[in-house]
Amino acid sequence: MSMHKCGLFYTTYAAEDGLFRSRFQKLCLGLFLAAMLALPQLVDSYAVSILNLILIAVIGAVSLNLLTGMCGQMSLGHGAFVGVGAYGAAILSNAGAPFVAALLGGGAISAMVGMVFGIPSLRLKGIYLAISTLAAQLILEYVFLHASSLTGGANGLPVDPPQILGFAFDTDARIFYLILAVTALCVLAVTNVSRTRHGRAFVAIRDYHQSAENVGVNLFAYKLQAFGLSSFLAGVAGGLWSHYTMYITPEQFSMGLSISYLAMIIIGGMGSVIGSIFGAAFITLLPEMLNLLISSLGGIAPDLSAVIVPMKEGVFGLMLVLFLIFEPEGLARKWRLTKAYWKLYPFAY
Amino acid sequence: MEYYLQLIINGLVVGSIYSLVALGFVIIFKATKVVNFAQGELVMVGAYVCFALTVQFQLPFLASFLLTLAFSIVLATAVERLILRPLIGEPIISVVMVTIGLSSMLKSFVQMVWGTQIQVFPAILPQEPFMLLGLPIAPVYVAAFGLSALLFGVFSLFFKFSSLGIAMRATAFDQQAAQSMGIGIKSIFALSWCIAAVVSSIGGIILGNINGINAQLGHLGLKVFPAVILGGLDSLLGAALGGLIIGVLENICEGAAKDLLGLGGFKEVASFLILVVILMVKPYGLFGTKEIERV
Repeated sequence: MSMHKCGLFYTTYAAEDGLFRSRFQKLCLGLFLAAMLALPQLVDSYAVSILNLILIAVIGAVSLNLLTGMCGQMSLGHGAFVGVGAYGAAILSNAGAPFVAALLGGGAISAMVGMVFGIPSLRLKGIYLAISTLAAQLILEYVFLHASSLTGGANGLPVDPPQILGFAFDTDARIFYLILAVTALCVLAVTNVSRTRHGRAFVAIRDYHQSAENVGVNLFAYKLQAFGLSSFLAGVAGGLWSHYTMYITPEQFSMGLSISYLAMIIIGGMGSVIGSIFGAAFITLLPEMLNLLISSLGGIAPDLSAVIVPMKEGVFGLMLVLFLIFEPEGLARKWRLTKAYWKLYPFAY
Repeated sequence: MEYYLQLIINGLVVGSIYSLVALGFVIIFKATKVVNFAQGELVMVGAYVCFALTVQFQLPFLASFLLTLAFSIVLATAVERLILRPLIGEPIISVVMVTIGLSSMLKSFVQMVWGTQIQVFPAILPQEPFMLLGLPIAPVYVAAFGLSALLFGVFSLFFKFSSLGIAMRATAFDQQAAQSMGIGIKSIFALSWCIAAVVSSIGGIILGNINGINAQLGHLGLKVFPAVILGGLDSLLGAALGGLIIGVLENICEGAAKDLLGLGGFKEVASFLILVVILMVKPYGLFGTKEIERV
């Protein structure tokens, strides 16, 4: 089996631009998906629930990466856009809409809100845009909390588990397959967007907006598209979230959520789809790992459980700082290096 | 009418705290172009250290005040050296995220050491209010206002006349040119972080005297953004005025929303609505430097 070639031997642009560059890649992805499908049968329901959270975080991180990593527009309001989708989908589904319609509807509402808050990006760049998205986050949080007739305010909003054609996804393992399918679709969508004209325009805007405009990229239109598409996917993530947890409150979609999505794409690797997946898994697993560590240390240092909540935040901040200083390109680069190492193993080059 | 007058005066007091924190923010931004999301946490750490020294170690207030300032200088130097310096020349998002990471670390440090309950500061100023325009005002408010005005005056003169201040402005304007004139950029960066941390600690100590301190004090750092955007990101005068204006406006909006619409908690969001309007209409604020792009 030809696993890897020693250079680039493409004879068409289409082949170079293809989704899979070798059969080995297809095989790996197939094996990975098969393993994912088998997982719920092998592990307990707590592990499946963490997997579900990771998958939802993957959609959020991938969509933020489209906006921030690919198009270069920094957003501190992504958590609120996820929240808009979560509330939108929950309200639609409580009003009797079928699950798929509610999910897409939540995404559409989120896309509209995202595009409204993306309008300032025409005039603002860099830090000014970041601050305006921060304002979006805080304004939307206020709306979640105070539009109580729609969102239930601080009391929260209960949601029924999703149902498609009469089949209820009411256990962790059942809903896992649903979330996995939606996540796979979203990841595929973002990967494909990056290979199109639109994706190239996004990258051009990120690299240098004036050059992009000079070669005919309509900055405003493409920035708005990036905001719209990214918020749509964020809304889908939110819709899955609300249907999965079956209860949403405003504080779930706070500033902290926006920051953890940004941390995911930075730790994973900016502008890389596979990096977002690594980052989402890393950030979601980090508190679990800490729990595990502290409970295993339980005999030696018993008073740690009192400070575990602030400690999680501290470790999160520390990880963020360490990655930015020592590995600014994130886990995606580590993954590339590992692949390159094994590709040539046992020779160094 | 008296209701609104009281709101304006309260707004001026809160606004003068915003001005102090904004001053620190602007000093860092002016010299290093770093947007510091951990400004509120610097305030919080200063307040908690002073609290620990006066209450837990029973030091006289003046001693603990000076020790707190010394601690701020050490902390700021360490932060600048260990965290910010490796990121010189990295994209804005990396620098912003590193300060966000820093703010998480500081917040977690404070919560691990002192817990999350409100801690009451010992009163260092007389408690009984005096009357101004027929309204009762606590002396600590006047002290806050006066101290902000004093610090603002000192730093304006510092940036205008002292050679260090001019060196800091030169660094902000063009790092390479400043370096070729013999200015040590690294020490300027460290210095600006130290000044910002000291100013923030003073703000934290005043705030602790007004409300007591808790782990939510760091949210103040977010309130700085409307103030500095209104004033212009790199203007000291802008920071001072912006803080006051935002303080007054958000109090009036809160009062009006409660009075006319019956909406509670509008304060949290009012300043950010103002922020969005400013960004749309006048993104470089009242006194900020306009970046002009010509294609």
